[in-house]
Amino acid sequence: MSGAAPPALPGAATDCFHCGLPVPAGAAFGFDAPGGGRAFCCAGCEAVSRAISGRGLDDYYRVRAAAAPTPQPRHDAEELALYDDAAVQQRFAREAAGGSREAALLVDAMRCTACAWLIERVMLAVPGVVEARVQLDSRRAVVRWDPAAGTLSAAIAAIRALGYPAWPYEPRRAAEADRRERRAMLRRLWVAGLGMMQVMMYAVPAYIAGAGDIPPDIARLMDWAGLLLTLPVIGYSAAPFFAGAARSLRHRSLGMDVPVALGLLAAFAASTVATLRGTGAVYFDSITMFVFLLAAGRYLEFHARRRAGLGLAHLDRYMPHAAHRLREGSAVEGEPVAAALLVPGDRVLVRAGEALPADGELESPSAWVNEALLTGESRAMPRERGAGLLGGSVNAGSAFAMRVTRVGPRTTIATLERLVERALAERPRWAQVAHRASAAFVAGVLFAALAAGLAWLTIDPERALWVAVSVLIVTCPCALSLAAPAAMTVSLGELARRGFIASRGHAIEALAAATDVVFDKTGTLTAGRPRLLEVVAFRRRTGVHALAIAAAMGRGSSHPLDRALAAAAAGKPLPRVDSHASTPGAGAEAVVGGRRYRIGQARFAGELHGKPAPMAWMHTADTVAWLADEAGWIAAFRIGDGLRPEAAGAVAALHALGLRVHLLTGDEPAVAHRVAGELGIERVRSRASPEGKQDYVRALQREGRRVAMVGDGVNDAPVLGLADVSVAMGEGADLAQLKADAVLASGSLADLVGAVRLARRTRRVLRQNLGWALGYNAVVLPLAFAGMVTPLVAGIGMASSSLVVVANALRLRGRG
Amino acid sequence: MDILYLLIPLSVVLAVAAGAAFWLAVDGGQFDDLDRPALDVVVDDDRPAPRRTP
Repeated sequence: MSGAAPPALPGAATDCFHCGLPVPAGAAFGFDAPGGGRAFCCAGCEAVSRAISGRGLDDYYRVRAAAAPTPQPRHDAEELALYDDAAVQQRFAREAAGGSREAALLVDAMRCTACAWLIERVMLAVPGVVEARVQLDSRRAVVRWDPAAGTLSAAIAAIRALGYPAWPYEPRRAAEADRRERRAMLRRLWVAGLGMMQVMMYAVPAYIAGAGDIPPDIARLMDWAGLLLTLPVIGYSAAPFFAGAARSLRHRSLGMDVPVALGLLAAFAASTVATLRGTGAVYFDSITMFVFLLAAGRYLEFHARRRAGLGLAHLDRYMPHAAHRLREGSAVEGEPVAAALLVPGDRVLVRAGEALPADGELESPSAWVNEALLTGESRAMPRERGAGLLGGSVNAGSAFAMRVTRVGPRTTIATLERLVERALAERPRWAQVAHRASAAFVAGVLFAALAAGLAWLTIDPERALWVAVSVLIVTCPCALSLAAPAAMTVSLGELARRGFIASRGHAIEALAAATDVVFDKTGTLTAGRPRLLEVVAFRRRTGVHALAIAAAMGRGSSHPLDRALAAAAAGKPLPRVDSHASTPGAGAEAVVGGRRYRIGQARFAGELHGKPAPMAWMHTADTVAWLADEAGWIAAFRIGDGLRPEAAGAVAALHALGLRVHLLTGDEPAVAHRVAGELGIERVRSRASPEGKQDYVRALQREGRRVAMVGDGVNDAPVLGLADVSVAMGEGADLAQLKADAVLASGSLADLVGAVRLARRTRRVLRQNLGWALGYNAVVLPLAFAGMVTPLVAGIGMASSSLVVVANALRLRGRG
Repeated sequence: MDILYLLIPLSVVLAVAAGAAFWLAVDGGQFDDLDRPALDVVVDDDRPAPRRTP
């Protein structure tokens, strides 16, 4: 740092200087640095900040636009060592100049360009690293290192130590093609731009000079120079349009490239003939500028589309490359292997903080996993022995062992990606309509151009070709054919980001048009695990005290009822239990605070004192646990399948959106009506058979209602298939088995409401796009026909009308 | 005005040269990342810049 006063460094006194989280009271992490003391929320942040300071990289704090990620402790020495293994490196590294090696890394949690800068600097400080480049938008880093002087793992460790998760990244062919495409587009743009500028230099003198001001041989020379520079523009920059036109003609259809190619060819041919013969008008300036505008439009559109699609792809980037395979019969011993080498049946140890290398079943008694990438739910979820685990989710608790069930392309994550891709590939009805319409439109454009040319031949033969070319270009239905795909791509990506995976092309359309939401099964509205619903105390003790005793008696038990009681009493002090004996199928007996208690079935608990059970919930479908001591009954706990916490809000929101909500269930009326009553659902059909459900949906559809059906997607496929759009609750189910148009991967009904809103916004944007495209053509066609549009204006109009459509679709991203 | 017979062809050659230069720049990856390098100017850093391969 220089001697001048250091710039003020950001970070309030109460927020962590490094990551911006509040500093806990009494925390003593901090140090003095030039520019003022720094306080930190944890030792990790302090260590990272000290390291940054120590390397003279304090500029990072000055220029960053967002707080840094909070560093997490990691235990990844073995995983890192694996990345130096030659066999493993084959998958992601390659030889580079001078005996060095190059690898692409995926770096997460980068929030601004300062992060990229910091990572680059830190990597370059690692011994052996010759070159490091970080790209913020694609979240990739390319590192080149000298294997003789250092290791790749050291570079990865350096990034991770800063708090940025980083993995080697196998550049997929799609990404490579993407880069080539981008570069080719840029080259086309440059060639067209330079050609345009220079050709305009030759054209302008002719526009401003009076007759005879320019000697004829100079004028011819400039025409020839213009022809020469237009050749690469036509031959290279405009090549994709000619190729597209040729392709669609070969398929005997009229794509939107046809009028563009035709207009270019006509103008170019006429100009070339005029140049060769030395008489007549040349349009090289218009041609080159038109190609430039087209290329610029395509480039911007490509960018917008790529940005929209980025959220969709690469779900599998969270899959780790390495796994710790356990030796048969051992719970800890094993060896690291590449994740790709795992086969179903392998046993794998997953340490705290590691991502799961494959789908599997839990072998350890319990575990906490974070499945945020799949569900959007950022809290860790408990799992018990035998439970299904998702590859790519993160172990949020202590180390556990799992048995691999599905690997590679068969994992849930990979399946999800395929589902989304399928939805993208399927043209929904509105896209098909737009596509057909644009083909008919092109035919109309060609006819109109011909008619305009012929008409102007009689009015003013000089301008006939010029007008025909303008008509061809300005009315090209590019915007029309882009209108639907642009909106669909953005919408699908945005939905997927929120945990709503549309797997069929028509899902968004049907969801937007839905008038009725039918919940198939009570289970779609309830949490699916027992919960304490109600307590009745029979003595003048409070229910809370009885609950504390009941929860204490079941402490440590894995019985669902005990867990429900324990969950209800969470956070309360529990009394000490002295002796405990459980009778399977009946209940448990224990001594608490010197008194003998029993909890369980009424008969079992009543044996303690011999009094008859009080009247309570004689006709409930829920389970009742009775608590008694030797003196009599104390309390009864009604435990049942509780509502999902977000269900009431979601149903109310659906009502507010103007949707009718139905509950269609095979359950008993008592249960169905209780659930419906608590949620405010008025239309309930209980004890419905599968056929009855189908009749119900058919009856709704006969009334002209559009039905969106929410089910579990596994054994209710027939009725789901009948609905206009079906949504499966994707919690814990095997996604490949789901027979639904969309999967609610988050398992949260709130996201269903969000999806309906977004689907409706998508429909609105789509209509705006179609209206805009049609309106644009309706306005410019007569103008061009009247000869009031020059080819140059035509080019600008066409390119900008396409951009408006894409920009409008991008509005669907990011907002609530 | 005779100089125009030289200057016009020369301008064609110049345009082609500029096109070739941009072509090489694109292929060299100079346009792959348009965000991060902007920061290099802002940051005080006396050490040599990271080496880049074309």
